[in-house]
Amino acid sequence: MTILSKESAQDVLVDVQNVKKYFPIKGGILKRTIGHLKAVDDVSFHIHKGETLGIVGESGSGKSTLGRVILRLLDPTEGSIQFSGTEISHLKRRHFRPYRRDMQIVFQDPFASLNSKMSVAELIEEPLLVQTSLTRLERKEKAIEIIEKVGLRAADRLKYPHEFSGGQRQRISIARALITNPKFVICDEPVSALDVSIQAQVLNLMKDLQEDLGLTYLFIAHDLSVVKHISDRVAVMYLGRIVEIADKHSLYSNPLHPYTQALLTSIPVIDTDENPAPKEEKIKLTGDLPNPANPPSGCTFRTRCPLAHDRCAVERPELTELEKGHFVSCHLYTQEK
Amino acid sequence: MNKEPVLDVEQLKTYFYLDDDKVARAVDNISFSIYPGETVALVGESGSGKSITALSVMQLINKPGRIVEGNILIDGEEIIQLNPKQMTKIRGNEIAMIFQEPMTALNPVYTIGNQITEILRKHKKMSKIDARDKAINLLKTVGIPRAEEIMKEYPHQLSGGMRQRVMIAMAISCEPKLLIADEPTTALDVTIQAQILDLMAEMKEKYHMALLLITHDVGVVSEYADRVMVMYGGQIVEHAQTKELLRHTKHPYTKGLLESLPNMDEDADRLGTIKGTVPPAYNFPAGCRFSARCPFVMEKCKQSNPELEEIETDHFVRCYLYENEGEQE
Repeated sequence: MTILSKESAQDVLVDVQNVKKYFPIKGGILKRTIGHLKAVDDVSFHIHKGETLGIVGESGSGKSTLGRVILRLLDPTEGSIQFSGTEISHLKRRHFRPYRRDMQIVFQDPFASLNSKMSVAELIEEPLLVQTSLTRLERKEKAIEIIEKVGLRAADRLKYPHEFSGGQRQRISIARALITNPKFVICDEPVSALDVSIQAQVLNLMKDLQEDLGLTYLFIAHDLSVVKHISDRVAVMYLGRIVEIADKHSLYSNPLHPYTQALLTSIPVIDTDENPAPKEEKIKLTGDLPNPANPPSGCTFRTRCPLAHDRCAVERPELTELEKGHFVSCHLYTQEK
Repeated sequence: MNKEPVLDVEQLKTYFYLDDDKVARAVDNISFSIYPGETVALVGESGSGKSITALSVMQLINKPGRIVEGNILIDGEEIIQLNPKQMTKIRGNEIAMIFQEPMTALNPVYTIGNQITEILRKHKKMSKIDARDKAINLLKTVGIPRAEEIMKEYPHQLSGGMRQRVMIAMAISCEPKLLIADEPTTALDVTIQAQILDLMAEMKEKYHMALLLITHDVGVVSEYADRVMVMYGGQIVEHAQTKELLRHTKHPYTKGLLESLPNMDEDADRLGTIKGTVPPAYNFPAGCRFSARCPFVMEKCKQSNPELEEIETDHFVRCYLYENEGEQE
């Protein structure tokens, strides 16, 4: 299945096709593989140059694993990942290394992702040391340039991570990701550990940097309002699969999948109207996310879906284009074959 | 309201005496009351003192922290002078608390059943069998399926949402008059968050409790709280009915907080921000504690800290911008 039209194929930066990542589950005295945890189960999408694709999903949906597979921090079990037209999913580590400078990642917890024994200068210059043959002076110049770009002061170079607040640390993480002039940055929950006022500062910074440097983002988060703010298109994941992907305006104004609808109605909203309009009936999901090691048959969402019917237990729904650019995988919208 | 408050906090000060002779004024002169059946939200960013306020009410402040001044009255009874044994009776029976991370609040080496029956046997002096029946009932009340089996399971076998349900079951086991929930849903996914918040609202009705909800999520506040208190730098800076506070926001900090939230209905290219960061509690600026970050700062703000004034009926603000407004009317 391909969801790419020919004319847009040229400006696609990342193209992910049928990617799967299974983790073996070992058990018994011989520690044999007794099953697989399907963290990412047949996922396809593409990201255009300069675009931000948001991925939302609850914990355990496989969104972070997906990000790590694209960066080859984990090897995919199956599927193809193309970066700028080059297949990278099966490159050997040594051959993949040159691509790393083009693909970077910013992690969630700025307290865990920065080595506390390294100064800011060391942290930020480290990627240059690995990836380039710049001299010490050149590295320093470059580091100062990027430090100022992310809103810190050049003098902060000599400080250590513990001297900074959470928001400032996330700026350091961003500087470290951007110093190799990457084309593509995966942001894995970059603001969820921050207070709202600081979160806004970091989101603004990320938008500015995207414009300045022509970056392409894959923005992974669980907060739907943050994802809406920063993304152009949004994919919704549930138990390792994409259940809906669309332009953010059509996804948020016209969610088609029952899971997306439930996600959107469960966000508590700030109500400031004098005469609030009668609220849409909330779709309450019952129960928890099923165990990903033992997902339900057919549609994995059916155990929590208020609209599930017989067919959902038997047949896995395909991701189908219902409106232009709006894909959903749900039997409600497709005819039985 | 004519009823007597369940909780009355008067001029509470909780300070932490740090090693290097610094004094962190985590909670600095806070007064508020909570009436039966009410949900009051305490909102603020990390370091604003909202959790310390809750822990002070529970008398769970450890060294180097100490309640320096003030009164805390539960149902009209002063609890600050109580000895640990007397306080143990109040905790659980009169006030109960739910924490953010249920995994750290539950004991990993005891079964769920053990942990709930312990409370019932200690506080209610129930027999083993009665306590077990009551515990199963409680688990059913909070919407846990297969309650009998869950009794034998350990906390790590449950999901985050289920653990928080167990915490709620434990908190309501002695039918407290006041339930304090400190960021009860922050660690949970949004669909589970909705379930837990609705459960808390339902339990509040069922057991006629008052609820003190500590959160940083203004959306949660808007949907569940009757009144809101906004904390900054260990003090309440704005306090009003929820609708009033969200519609007619007064304090520059509250305004900044609301503007920095991404809006689901509108498309803004940039978010509003509050410059700088929350000052540490041992190093507040002289004058108004928000002055260093405030876009409307005046000379006066740097000199002295404004008082929390009632500028409209039931709308309290700590800001010089609204000085004398209450008196003119």
